[in-house]
Amino acid sequence: MSKAPFVERFADLATDPTFPSVREWKAKTGRKAVGYFPVFPPAELIHAAGMLPVGIMGGGTRVEIDHADSRMQSFVCSISRSTLELGLTNRLDFLDGMTFTTICDVARNLSGVWKRNFGQVALSELLHMPQHSNHAAAVEYLTAEFARLLKRLETLSGETATPEKLRDSIDLYNRGRARLRALYQVRALHPERLSAAESSVLARLGCVMPKEEHIKVLDGALEEIQARRARPRDAVRVILEGSFCEQPPLELIETIEESGCYIVDDDLCLGQRWFNEEVEVNGGDPVRALAAAYVNHSSMTSVRHQGQSRRSETLVGRVRRAKANGVIFCSAKFCEPALYDFVLFKEVLEREKVPYLSVEFEEKMGAFESARTQVETFVESVLFA
Amino acid sequence: MIQPPGESPFKYQDAGKNLQRKMMGQEYDALAHAKETKTPVAYLFISGNIQELFRAFGFLVLYPEINALQCGIKKAAGPLILKAEDKGYSSDVCGYVKNDIGLVIQNNKSPMGNLPRPDLLVCNFSGCNTYIKWFEALSEFYDVPLVMLDVPYVRDAAVPKEDLDYTVSQLHDLVATCEKITGKAFDKAELSRILELSRKAEDRWCEVLEEAANVPSPIDAYFEAVFFMAGINIFRGTKECVDYYDAVLREIAERKERGIGPVEKERFRVVMEGPPPWPHFRAFWELFKRWGVVATAATYPKVGGLFDTGLRHDPSRPIESLAEYSLQCYTNWSLDKRAKLIEDYVKHFKADAVVIHSVKSCRSFSVGQGDFRDKFVREKNIPTLLVESDLADPRYFQEAQLRNRIDAFFEALEHRKLTAKGGA
Repeated sequence: MSKAPFVERFADLATDPTFPSVREWKAKTGRKAVGYFPVFPPAELIHAAGMLPVGIMGGGTRVEIDHADSRMQSFVCSISRSTLELGLTNRLDFLDGMTFTTICDVARNLSGVWKRNFGQVALSELLHMPQHSNHAAAVEYLTAEFARLLKRLETLSGETATPEKLRDSIDLYNRGRARLRALYQVRALHPERLSAAESSVLARLGCVMPKEEHIKVLDGALEEIQARRARPRDAVRVILEGSFCEQPPLELIETIEESGCYIVDDDLCLGQRWFNEEVEVNGGDPVRALAAAYVNHSSMTSVRHQGQSRRSETLVGRVRRAKANGVIFCSAKFCEPALYDFVLFKEVLEREKVPYLSVEFEEKMGAFESARTQVETFVESVLFA
Repeated sequence: MIQPPGESPFKYQDAGKNLQRKMMGQEYDALAHAKETKTPVAYLFISGNIQELFRAFGFLVLYPEINALQCGIKKAAGPLILKAEDKGYSSDVCGYVKNDIGLVIQNNKSPMGNLPRPDLLVCNFSGCNTYIKWFEALSEFYDVPLVMLDVPYVRDAAVPKEDLDYTVSQLHDLVATCEKITGKAFDKAELSRILELSRKAEDRWCEVLEEAANVPSPIDAYFEAVFFMAGINIFRGTKECVDYYDAVLREIAERKERGIGPVEKERFRVVMEGPPPWPHFRAFWELFKRWGVVATAATYPKVGGLFDTGLRHDPSRPIESLAEYSLQCYTNWSLDKRAKLIEDYVKHFKADAVVIHSVKSCRSFSVGQGDFRDKFVREKNIPTLLVESDLADPRYFQEAQLRNRIDAFFEALEHRKLTAKGGA
């Protein structure tokens, strides 16, 4: 099967573990770059301090694990192992810093390993992200946490992130997120016009490109999509859940789509569109505005406690809103947050009679035939139920 | 004292251990009758637990981790874990969680007696993200509210003021929740009285741990301390807990007088990192005993609080002191701080080596231990052994393989000691 246009055009760039676009940007601008491990990127803060935020999403299919094995046990997810491998083999030596967030125990501890191995030559920071929603003290806390990071970023770049610069950065990233939301709207209304593989590549470009350029690419893509006139297929509408951190191989997403599914909503590259609405600054303290957006308007996902509202009910709501016929759980092997939630999700879907399928992946998985059979069987069972 | 067959060759009358067993029995008995006695039950986690607050409100506290530990050591974990896997839990997630879900599935009928449903779930978050997922699940299964105590991870040498303020502010919220559930007003004086007892027990606990600095050591600061730690983990704030440590100290004094220790002849002193494999606890200990290995310090007994670093509950500042305590449990420390603590232990407790038992279930503990080994061996010249199994799931304990690794390590260590002596 031929590759969809945006996959053809951008997949290499978006997933290249040698980061050619970032190296080129650094050479051209003489500025610094700071990486972030998923899920949540403090991109506005890095940008406002005059540096390039770079999403480090693991090694994908192209990195062999030789050195990270002795540091990270075999029972942890591929992304943490391959990211460490990239570091230990000096393939991230263009980064002037790296940030992690407390999404899970593995990522939290990886930040510690990172600090020991690379902390002497580059900034290495872990942000403790609050687990509360709609909580004043949590906003207060995260504001201080962000401010502390920002100070260290400013020291690194030698530039002050003035409130004006911060507001501009927030505005810029708001515009980027609005474009990504537009892509998701297309997929919900006209899934025949844009595949999930394509949209995930477009979102992923935001990891390795300045936001200003990313927005241009997204605008071009949206225009191109408007002109597409594909005929709707007789496909099952599904939601993909569980890929919020480590990304499945593109071939797996393509396999799911080729096997008769429209993926009308997903949590791929979730960090690129983390906030559900615009971050409102309104002349106030921009750092606090970012903190408030995180606490009050985050994407709800397995790595974020959501208070008394239940994860399982959130998923059912998403299924209904997307008019989905089913859910495909697509989580990384060993990803504990996703694996725990799977049980709660599965129970509520069974009660609500929503069909579901679970497909586990690893970065280096090479064969997709069994996934294809699984999905085809699932599609048949939904179509002929 | 009659020892059951297969027990350790060490014949000393185990007063501390027996008293601990009695206290645990009484606690489980009270929990089994919580509904009849109309006592509210809060579920808490061990790491950085704030039991004194609940004691002050008259709650009974149940710790799912302790249930899992008990099921592990009573060899009941395997079938419970399989029940949870039948429900959909992956073979790759924490065995403690699955053990607990297994108990939920069988209506909380446990080898320790019938366990009560929670009236309140408190996720005192420090140290482990799995805690959140665990209580999110219980909150759905029991339809009981979950209170989140979001405790910032300790990354730098000093805890920033904001981190402490945030924790204090959440504790005030929690006090209000407890008032609502129990209908009782918060009694600050009562909490202070309880914390005074905690502080006394903490002093004595540290005396117990310090005894392992003796050469030879009268106690094993891992294989025995994991029993001695029950007091500090779950009975703080009671007079019984203080008395318990007095009894342990008397036992140790007597051991020293009579020249008895955890092994017949101490040949190697090690610092242990990581939780033990509960379902195979004795077999695991034997693998070390046969080499005359004594653990003179360990990190696992510090999950309930790093009192040996000087931390104490302070009755004069009850809520602030609870907040400070919640932050300072071992698994809430950055890897850097953890590694430094282990190095300090090696020096202070005159250890020959570090042994890391890396468990699959607990990523919070285990991820980064490979890097510890790298650091200890390359930078600090501390011989370090890393072995893998699990704390809960009996399927991961490969005895023959572990024996080979452990034997090879201590053979090499013996050689190293001999050549160091000979070459000097």
